Amino acid sequence: MKFGDEFITGNGCRTRLRRGGKGRPLLYLHGASGAPVIQPFMEKLAERFDVLVPEHPGYGQSDEPEWLENIHDVAYFYLDLIKKLDLSEILLVGTSMGGWIAMEMAVRDCSRLSQLVLVGSAGIASPDAEVADTFLMAPEDAVRALYHDPKIAESLLAVPPTPEAIDMQLKNRHTTARLAWEPRFHDPHLPKWLHRIDVPVKIVWGEQDRIVPVSFTKEFSRLMPKAEIHIVKNCGHLPPVEKPDEFVAIVCR
Amino acid sequence: MQIVLFHLMPYADLDLEAGRKNGTVWVKLPNRHFDPQKGHKLYNRFLDELEYGEKLGFDVVAVNEHHQTAYGLMPSPIVTASALARRTSKVKIAILGSALPLRSHPMMVAEEHAMIDVISGGRLISGFVRGIGAEYHTFGVNPTFSHDRFHEAHDLIVRAWTEEGPFSFRGRHYEVKYVNLWPRPYQKPHPPIWIPSQGSKETIDWASHPDRRYTYLQTFSPAKVVARYLKMYRDTCQGHGYQAKDSQLGWAVPVYVSDTDSNAVKEAKAHFEAFRNVFVKMPLEMLLPPGYTSRESMKNVIKAKAQMFGDVTLEQALELGLFVCGSPATVLKVFKQHWDEMRFGNLLVLCQFATLPADLTRKNMELFAREVMPSLKALG
Repeated sequence: MKFGDEFITGNGCRTRLRRGGKGRPLLYLHGASGAPVIQPFMEKLAERFDVLVPEHPGYGQSDEPEWLENIHDVAYFYLDLIKKLDLSEILLVGTSMGGWIAMEMAVRDCSRLSQLVLVGSAGIASPDAEVADTFLMAPEDAVRALYHDPKIAESLLAVPPTPEAIDMQLKNRHTTARLAWEPRFHDPHLPKWLHRIDVPVKIVWGEQDRIVPVSFTKEFSRLMPKAEIHIVKNCGHLPPVEKPDEFVAIVCR
Repeated sequence: MQIVLFHLMPYADLDLEAGRKNGTVWVKLPNRHFDPQKGHKLYNRFLDELEYGEKLGFDVVAVNEHHQTAYGLMPSPIVTASALARRTSKVKIAILGSALPLRSHPMMVAEEHAMIDVISGGRLISGFVRGIGAEYHTFGVNPTFSHDRFHEAHDLIVRAWTEEGPFSFRGRHYEVKYVNLWPRPYQKPHPPIWIPSQGSKETIDWASHPDRRYTYLQTFSPAKVVARYLKMYRDTCQGHGYQAKDSQLGWAVPVYVSDTDSNAVKEAKAHFEAFRNVFVKMPLEMLLPPGYTSRESMKNVIKAKAQMFGDVTLEQALELGLFVCGSPATVLKVFKQHWDEMRFGNLLVLCQFATLPADLTRKNMELFAREVMPSLKALG
């Protein structure tokens, strides 16, 4: 499946958007490490959906707008963008920080959404678990902590990063800090308004997630009792990357 | 030249092996390694050392702020500066500095510094810093807003010190309906402001601006780096259309003086190496959280990583000019040479570092004050 790769401008921010496939729109919101390439799971999803993969403001090749100061700014940016692209009945999929952005969008306006899929999502605090302190991790350790299968991390680490990739990592890390340093990866006001999400919600989690521990699902269930929970076995923080077939099956189910 | 006796008040009784094993004494070294009984003795010893600095003829005694670390036991330099304000009578007292972005409200800094200035009868030198990277991890303050918060806090403090209250202040980070400082500072228009830095073009541009002309201090850097940044400061002043005074420049450096060069090396070696290789050490991610510096500077640090984060021996440190150590004649010669090149009007000497015990610290201070300091003061 071929994905188009172009830049569109929203709220003055030149934003990279990959788009491929046919069907209902599926907007994929990436996590803290960005979405530099089209992954196999995106291609699989594109067999069923019109898949949109943007790079968030402040990430990858997208601009770093002056107005970007907190997670709410990102949520409003995407609400404006889906309106501008006139998308409706959107399947909104967010991993990690992307899940947080998805929830912040949905509590504000669900009118263009049909479903939420939150994967190893940040955004709320849990009374009995903490998000790993990725800001204190050496970059190699952060990669290792993402996957359950150590072979995936080692094969990624075997290729030394290009200078461009290092620039991108520093840029992504900067924006992640701006949005999620304090409070750390959550918005204390978000739980008050999660009841406003009136579309079906699926919550997907790797059982061995070492970044946002799987016990966070308990708090998500408490706050969104109607949400479906899917735990993926033998899997770390990124089920779409580590278990693509299982992940795509959950999304399509 | 103005000579400043600078103290970090380290936890000198640190179990060095525990510090080494932990990889750093910052942020996450468990605080069970701090013994309050020993802490009691150390604080009082260190305050005595600073008070002794006045007797020995230092122009200024200086304290600073660091959090959750064995490197320095002064989370609030206000506490130590206040104690000194009452126990000294002539010496100036420098706070180098208060970490503005880490404080929840800059009005507190304006008030506390003003109190010390009034209590001491105008002997305060105020220093402002952003706090080091590690402290953004300990406090949770967002490092990507560090510069913004620093500049805004600074503007609020200086206006609170100089403008007639009450007035209102509205910034992006701080908003105060009634700024109306009681007490106002003793000195007119306000205490001198010094800006300690590890070297940054942005800081130099800001500090040297004709509206500010703040004294810029280069801290704990190789002599070549000190020379480069002090020159950058002078050149920047030139660019602003004025000539920097020597009093606008300062160098902070650990110093050890003994009767001979070889005795000095022998006595200081273990303590200096503990300072450089245990107390100062921290991983890159801790030192430079995102946004603390520009991404360009961060890339330069990543490139120099091996050199910056590896161990340094005392001998290498002498070579680099990271440390000045020797007989009085040697130490004087080294400082004279550097002064000829850099013309810093302020020299900040760290006479106690890491584990250096009380007897050697006093001997060091006395020899420096008697045999080195008079000639340095006479330089201009």
